[in-house]
Amino acid sequence: MTRHPHVWMGLLLWSIFSQAQAAWTVNMAPGATQISNAVFDLHMTIFWICVVIGIIVFGAMFWSMMMHRRSTGQNAAHFHENTRVEILWTIVPFLILVLMAIPATATLIKMYDSSESEIDIQVTGYQWKWHYKYLGQDVEFFSNLATPAEQIHNQSAKGEHYLLEVDKPLVLPVDAKVRFLVTSADVIHSWWVPAFAVKRDAIPGFVNEAWTRVDKPGLYRGQCAELCGKDHGFMPIVVEVKSKPDYEKWLGERKAEAAQLKELTSKEWTREELVERGDKVYHTTCVACHQAEGQGLPPMFPALKGSKIATGPIKDHLNIVFHGKPGTSMAAFGKQLSEVDIAAVVTYERNAWGNNKGDMVTPKEVLELKQAESQ
Amino acid sequence: MSAVIDDHGHADHAHGPAKGLMRWVLTTNHKDIGTLYLWFAFSMFLLGGSFAMVIRAELFQPGLQIVQPEFFNQMTTMHGLVMVFGAVMPAFVGLANWMVPLMIGAPDMALPRMNNFSFWLLPAAFLMLVSTLFTPGGGPNFGWTFYAPLSTTYAPESVTFFIFAIHLMGISSIMGAINVVATILNLRAPGMTLMKMPLFVWTWLITAFLLIAVMPVLAGCVTMMLMDIHFGTSFFSAAGGGDPVLFQHVFWFFGHPEVYIMILPAFGAVSSIIPAFSRKPLFGYTSMVYATAAIAFLSFIVWAHHMFVVGIPLVGELFFMYATLLIAVPTGVKVFNWASTMWQGSLTFETPMLFAVAFVILFSIGGFSGLMLAIAPADFQYQDTYFVVAHFHYVLVPGAIFGIFASAYYWLPKWTGHMYDETLGKLHFWLSFIGMNLAFFPMHFVGLAGMPRRIPDYNLQFADFNMVSSIGAFMFGTTQIFFLFIVIKTIRGGPPAPAKPWDGAEGLEWSVPSPAPYHTFTTPPEVK
Repeated sequence: MTRHPHVWMGLLLWSIFSQAQAAWTVNMAPGATQISNAVFDLHMTIFWICVVIGIIVFGAMFWSMMMHRRSTGQNAAHFHENTRVEILWTIVPFLILVLMAIPATATLIKMYDSSESEIDIQVTGYQWKWHYKYLGQDVEFFSNLATPAEQIHNQSAKGEHYLLEVDKPLVLPVDAKVRFLVTSADVIHSWWVPAFAVKRDAIPGFVNEAWTRVDKPGLYRGQCAELCGKDHGFMPIVVEVKSKPDYEKWLGERKAEAAQLKELTSKEWTREELVERGDKVYHTTCVACHQAEGQGLPPMFPALKGSKIATGPIKDHLNIVFHGKPGTSMAAFGKQLSEVDIAAVVTYERNAWGNNKGDMVTPKEVLELKQAESQ
Repeated sequence: MSAVIDDHGHADHAHGPAKGLMRWVLTTNHKDIGTLYLWFAFSMFLLGGSFAMVIRAELFQPGLQIVQPEFFNQMTTMHGLVMVFGAVMPAFVGLANWMVPLMIGAPDMALPRMNNFSFWLLPAAFLMLVSTLFTPGGGPNFGWTFYAPLSTTYAPESVTFFIFAIHLMGISSIMGAINVVATILNLRAPGMTLMKMPLFVWTWLITAFLLIAVMPVLAGCVTMMLMDIHFGTSFFSAAGGGDPVLFQHVFWFFGHPEVYIMILPAFGAVSSIIPAFSRKPLFGYTSMVYATAAIAFLSFIVWAHHMFVVGIPLVGELFFMYATLLIAVPTGVKVFNWASTMWQGSLTFETPMLFAVAFVILFSIGGFSGLMLAIAPADFQYQDTYFVVAHFHYVLVPGAIFGIFASAYYWLPKWTGHMYDETLGKLHFWLSFIGMNLAFFPMHFVGLAGMPRRIPDYNLQFADFNMVSSIGAFMFGTTQIFFLFIVIKTIRGGPPAPAKPWDGAEGLEWSVPSPAPYHTFTTPPEVK
């Protein structure tokens, strides 16, 4: 931090405003990685270059505006060119740009070097949530917005991390090189954590690479940075950086959970149990489009309450949830949700909001469908 | 050439405009068509502005109060489309129609009937575009940059109307541009060599070439979308072997020159206005021409700086960073030239000069943030945040829009034959200046603090500056209705304007009476 004086000036500027009130933040924060600090330095360097040029040019203009007014009895000079000056103000800015491009190039090269990572995580953007898969670890999960709808609709007080909180954060160990493989299942999203200076577009059909090595444990928050439809503003990113032993412990727990989930599939479920679980699944996964009371947002997002699908043959209902509907926002949830959750949500939809079908899908049936697909 | 047009003119309406509504429908007169363009642009400016008011009202406080996210997205999309294609571009075409023939001593535009057609396409295009807001499923909601596949597979049904509207606007722009090129290259008065042309004519000539080069690219882009949506192709769909990133390359190959299309004519106008009120010739005319040409050339090779985070390879990233940084050199030359024109002048600050000086300073601030955005590693933090929103509003509002206001006040006496009310003009300037800075400066802060763009709701840490922004936006928006009042007042009366109301002004347009007669330069003037 002591390398460059402008870092101190930037921090000073930042701290003055941030002390007054957190809400009046005027600058970028230096961040929690070597790269993000380097980016912050670049940002401040180019900022101060602009400030100096601005003071000179605007200073000259304001000088003219004060001293060269007709009302001060000023007679206009008649010069209209000066080759030496014109060459000078072409070359000097060029040299400044070259000086600026050198550190920028060096930082960019570092940012692009994602080799020798210790952990690989596949980050997949979905409308409107993130999916994290720890490659080679058999651990994967979705990360959904955790802010309650009442807060968004102003029916209850907003929390400190309003819209920047999730049910399950991405967990990373401190001081390890983590590589992100960023992609998307539907439209383009962008995975951005400001404290890491990592922003990569998640593009369907592409796998983009990015990496980070976080210096200190903590919670880091970001948001989707590419317009991805209706709930683009409601798919935050939270990264929890833990010490290495804590991370290993967490990873072990997640693996045990995954094994447990597999057992759940073979369990005998009652309809009431499925409806109860489906209620939760529906309100994290389906509610954004089909809405809390199943009323949907027609015509883009059809209603489920009394709909042909949700009250028709159960096989068609399961099929559309499992495979999605190509050409629309309805995703193939067979790839996103566990067998239990799919069975639960279908059963819930058939037995909620007056859709009193009274029937159910069991997790085993979903598993059979999945196995039939993969053959 | 001019003799032919004279004959035609005499046969039709030698003694002035036709009466009634049909004058405007059938007109081939460059002044009438210029007026139509300017009124159309202003009405679109108010419409696009009202969309912005909806956006700012929703963002006034955290939480969802006024609109739902799906409608919010339609508002951001329509605001951008209407302002870019409906307000700024037609306003400049209107200025070109009015002023290019007057500045080069031509009797009219070279292709008057095509001129009429290119105007009347626009109301049709925008009627169609805006009507989609009332269709089930709503209007376009994928941002004015309409990235696939959000704008194809996942788009509302109205996207087809959007595509057709873009096609119409593109045809209109291309015809308008061809007309400008034909006029400037063929109808200059004897003695008006290229290097004697006013800079507004120069910048428009270069803008017209940019338009002819890139509007077909946009047309190709939306046509591929149309094919993907309706004919089962997969240009932009990864599932069918297509490439969503291709969309962005094609779009920004149009989109970056488009940025200069929206600013170069303003450069030209300001290059007339600053010397007029400095009572001193423009500093560095030749370097201004070369700088404009250099900017236009560079605008074709920097498009991927809009795509620094899509994952282009390191070498590509470096190329586009260096090329983008280079743009600062010719742009800097222009700003230094304007500042030097003012230096040791004899300055007065009538409304056009106020807008022109604010243009230079605030556009430069937009240029500075542009320089910051060009630094690729730093752009990883800026991309798609409010910092970008602040940046492009600084180049478009005090850039393009203030350039148009400066031009309007500068030439209003020539158009209407009356002087506008100077006190009201200055009031309009100061209210716009304060409102605009209040609206857009805090956006730099929330952007750097991490607020993404195009979101209807935000964390509490961004609340205070967003409220300031909204207040500034309401102030700026309301002020523009006041501008309408000033213009109408000037049309209806006011002190009669002499042929040359500004003592420091130069150019052929001041050699004809005010208001400019319906037909001017039927005999070409001599330029020494």
